[in-house]
Amino acid sequence: MTDQQTAPQPGAVDSAPLLRTDNLSRHFRIGSGLQRKTLHAVDEVNLEIGERQIVALAGESGSGKSTIARLLARIYKPTSGEIYFQGRPLSKMRSRRDILGYRSDVPMVFQDPFASINPVFRVSHGVMRCLKLHRPELSDHERHAEAVRVFEAVGLVPGSEVLQRFPHELSGGQRQRVGFAQALAMRPKLILADEPVSMLDVSIRLGLLNVMTQLRDEQGVSILYITHDIASARYVADRIIVMYAGHVAEQGPVEEVLANPRHPYTQLLLSAVPDPRADLNVTAATDRGEPPRVIDPTPGCRFRWRCPLAIEICSAVTPQLKQLAPDHDVACHVAQSGAEVKAF
Amino acid sequence: MSSLLTNGLPGSQPAGWHSGAILEVRDLSVDYIMERGTVRAVRDVSFEVEPGEFVAIVGESGCGKSTLLFAIAQLLAPPAGISAGSVIFKGENLVGLTDKQLAAVRWRNMSVVMQSAMNALNPVTDIAAQFTDAMRAHGVTSKQEIADRSAEVLRMVGIDPVHLRSYPHQLSGGMRQRSMIAMAMLFTPELVIMDEPTSALDVVAQRSLMVQIKELQEQLGFAVIFVTHDMSLVRHFSDRLMVMYAGQVAELGDTRRMFAEPLHPYTIGLMEAFPSIKGPKVKLAGIPGSPPNLARPPAGCQFAPRCPQVMERCKTTEVPLYSLHGERVRCLLHEAGSAQL
Repeated sequence: MTDQQTAPQPGAVDSAPLLRTDNLSRHFRIGSGLQRKTLHAVDEVNLEIGERQIVALAGESGSGKSTIARLLARIYKPTSGEIYFQGRPLSKMRSRRDILGYRSDVPMVFQDPFASINPVFRVSHGVMRCLKLHRPELSDHERHAEAVRVFEAVGLVPGSEVLQRFPHELSGGQRQRVGFAQALAMRPKLILADEPVSMLDVSIRLGLLNVMTQLRDEQGVSILYITHDIASARYVADRIIVMYAGHVAEQGPVEEVLANPRHPYTQLLLSAVPDPRADLNVTAATDRGEPPRVIDPTPGCRFRWRCPLAIEICSAVTPQLKQLAPDHDVACHVAQSGAEVKAF
Repeated sequence: MSSLLTNGLPGSQPAGWHSGAILEVRDLSVDYIMERGTVRAVRDVSFEVEPGEFVAIVGESGCGKSTLLFAIAQLLAPPAGISAGSVIFKGENLVGLTDKQLAAVRWRNMSVVMQSAMNALNPVTDIAAQFTDAMRAHGVTSKQEIADRSAEVLRMVGIDPVHLRSYPHQLSGGMRQRSMIAMAMLFTPELVIMDEPTSALDVVAQRSLMVQIKELQEQLGFAVIFVTHDMSLVRHFSDRLMVMYAGQVAELGDTRRMFAEPLHPYTIGLMEAFPSIKGPKVKLAGIPGSPPNLARPPAGCQFAPRCPQVMERCKTTEVPLYSLHGERVRCLLHEAGSAQL
């Protein structure tokens, strides 16, 4: 029995998160000499991504959401804190084999499908290289079959024909599907998708969002979906993490958080979504959408300058995440005091 | 359910031309002349803008909306050129005017706000210098007058005039876009042409800017042509909406009517392409497929290959623009009971 307790059990894997961060921070130094300042892009973020889960990371420009993606992709090293993937700390992964393994487990899909594919090669080039590097055991024939399979899994049909095209022969939506196919070729556990649909036309965005849910349901992949579009987050995601100025403001199951937003910032974001079916909400129209100041921040809630509900404690103490409803955490002094929050 | 269409709308325009329009675009076509042949990016587009009206032009990338806008402002550069039609601004046809003649109209009576403020503002001079440039070019020489007016327009868009001394990189995306709009206001134009001015901003800043544009418009009374790919953005702000597809007008009419009762299957598709933040979660499909290659446009209706309501006739018949109670739509489904334009 003791052996079983120490060894990881197959059943127990489901309850442990696929990836989790522990007080993850990333600061950037700017200026020099006496002007030296520190920009806190991400501060003490604890987040979890489960198996077969789409987690939306929402927030405005400058909230730190892309920095988190780059930290998770090992493009940046954390200033402090740790990332655990399947229970293993990333800072302990040093060998080439470990790093390659992590890269194939956690690939990234980029925002701009016009800049992320090499225009001088056929689209098969990228996916074949991924397969050669990350799955060297495959024969030429198997590699081609696998490339066709991943292309068709993302809706590029017939795969063998699309593989022979050049990027300029494909539309933006098709190119972004190529990005997902390349990620899928590595048999990933978690795809980091940084604003994958924001450059696409409204009419084809949905097609891509549907590809993401299919990848979760049929291939069992988890996805971190970074976006500033709350409506699309609700459409695909299971959970949502709302970030503001490098801090997590609110997190929980997407339906629960969007139906009962408790952080004033989440309420502001929701009220600003252009919903063609709803009437114009003018109460929040006075908010300019000015980006937060995260250079040498002082303690306190970073949303306090824009928050109509700010009280004294907000400018003195940084609010910590606290569970206010089942699985629904909020970092707001006013909400935590039990008062009803109706900011926007 | 009473139909907005048959009852008529208070704000809807009857068919036909208005002599009171500030801008009349008639049968405008724009060609890109390439080595491999000619691509017609804008085809026989006609519409008019009344003084003080907000007209939004909506469509996906490559539908010709930006080309149309450049053609109206006479900013096309080879290989693009106007091949037919006219752009009549305040009774004067702008097509064929020399640069010198156009300079008298541009900025004073008609100004343009470009899509990317980061690229449109000069990064190596401060905001004041760029305002000064524009005013000097149009004959304002008094330093005091320039300083006063610059401060005034910045205040109008809600920016503290101290930012006249700021360089573009010191401003946030929203502030850059606001200063672009302030610059367009320097001479209190009668028509402001905007090419996706909010697309680089996130939702909160986007909405705030839309409200600001609308307020300025109500205060100063200029007309707006607003190009965007996001229909939901202009829902509460535009008077009329023009949906473009493959270089043609697909539907043109009252914004409120179009959201309540879209006529063209493409408009219906665009409308259903937005997931909602309220109500039950439903699986949406968007509009599968992609727009036609304009170098080789399909015969018949341009939207037929993607249309869920396609009929056999659509694939062969060139579809004219129909007028239905003053609303215009290019679709054979609405042939009955309408007049051909």
